[in-house]
Amino acid sequence: MTDDKDVLRDVWFGRIPTCFMLYQDEITEREAEPYYLLLPRISYLTLVTDKVKKHFQKVMRQEDVTEIWFEYEGTPLKWHFPIGLLFDLHASNTALPWNITVHFKNFPEKDLLHCPSKDVIEAHFMACVKEADALKHKSQVINEMQKKDHKQLWMGLQNDKFDQFWAINRKLMEYPPEDSGFRYIPFRIYQVTTERPFIQKLFRPVAANGQLNTLGDLLKEVCPAAITPEDGEKKNQVMVHGIEPMLETPIQWLSEHMSYPDNFLHISIIPQPTD
Amino acid sequence: MAEVEKQLPLSPQDGSRGECGEERPNGGTAVGVAEPAPPSAGSPVTEEPAEDTKKKIDVLLKAVGDTPIMKNKKWAVERTRTIQGLIDFIKKFLKLVASEQLFIYVNQSFAPSPDQEVGTLYECFGSDGKLVLHYCKSQAWG
Repeated sequence: MTDDKDVLRDVWFGRIPTCFMLYQDEITEREAEPYYLLLPRISYLTLVTDKVKKHFQKVMRQEDVTEIWFEYEGTPLKWHFPIGLLFDLHASNTALPWNITVHFKNFPEKDLLHCPSKDVIEAHFMACVKEADALKHKSQVINEMQKKDHKQLWMGLQNDKFDQFWAINRKLMEYPPEDSGFRYIPFRIYQVTTERPFIQKLFRPVAANGQLNTLGDLLKEVCPAAITPEDGEKKNQVMVHGIEPMLETPIQWLSEHMSYPDNFLHISIIPQPTD
Repeated sequence: MAEVEKQLPLSPQDGSRGECGEERPNGGTAVGVAEPAPPSAGSPVTEEPAEDTKKKIDVLLKAVGDTPIMKNKKWAVERTRTIQGLIDFIKKFLKLVASEQLFIYVNQSFAPSPDQEVGTLYECFGSDGKLVLHYCKSQAWG
């Protein structure tokens, strides 16, 4: 049996082969070659695409280069969602590489947040970590940390340093020995089929009868439509980090091992492919 | 924005929710600036009252630092309104210029992302039947 700790590494080092192509209507001085990159699932698009931006800027006139944004098959990709979530939600069950279109014009104000600098990504990331700890520990763990510990979490993510990140993050994953888990599980459930951005509610890792709540229990409570009825046909896939965890998996275990660095479990509900 | 203003300000006639126990007189009077709440304030509610169906939620807006206060602090807000929508409303209400920034905080600790819905925040961080949000013209909490 593998050590559960290996799961943390597997999640951290998950990569998505991606092909970036410039949108056809962008004005270039010469032809723009596609750009290939292995995207870290746990990171953010605008954090890891400096090279992509440089690559396409080379063939464009300076005045045509404004804020970069990304789109997949007509859907603007939200940079403030982790990359792995974007892929699971919009591109699961499609052929690799993931074809992302790069835009420099007509920023979709309605769909995307602006990302003028890396500081904005850091602020968003830390806000998520703080929100998660508010749910897990009433903010006690994150508040007891020093500023430099917060910085280390961010730098660990930004520079892809697993050990640096987890040296701090493990504290956020602890809970009192007399409890069987966190106060509440920080999770967000996304569906492409709904208008709502995501489902987030209070959900405890342990049921009133002392039993560990599972992924299935969570879905039953907050998103029952996602579950296949006993005698029904499977209509949906429940994806985290590109896999479908067993619905019997305790939610506390999932939270400790398969949360993104922002300490949230980002769960995608997508239609079961028909082939 | 127009539709927000219609149901604002919330008046004391909203006494329909008996289950909340605590009923506060309308915060129509301008009470002090940013009352510093204890750090433990606003922990997640233990039990969710059965008001999921209630379309609007009560939001208490508190100013931080030298950010102008609002005469009416308590507002009825649609669950699906986003934080950005709320920011736009407050900015307009306080007559801030568009270029001025406004930050909103939950639990005096984190700034929810602009596309987050107020209803979701209420469900996770509301207490006593309302969601307390602090707003500030500069970054107040890391």
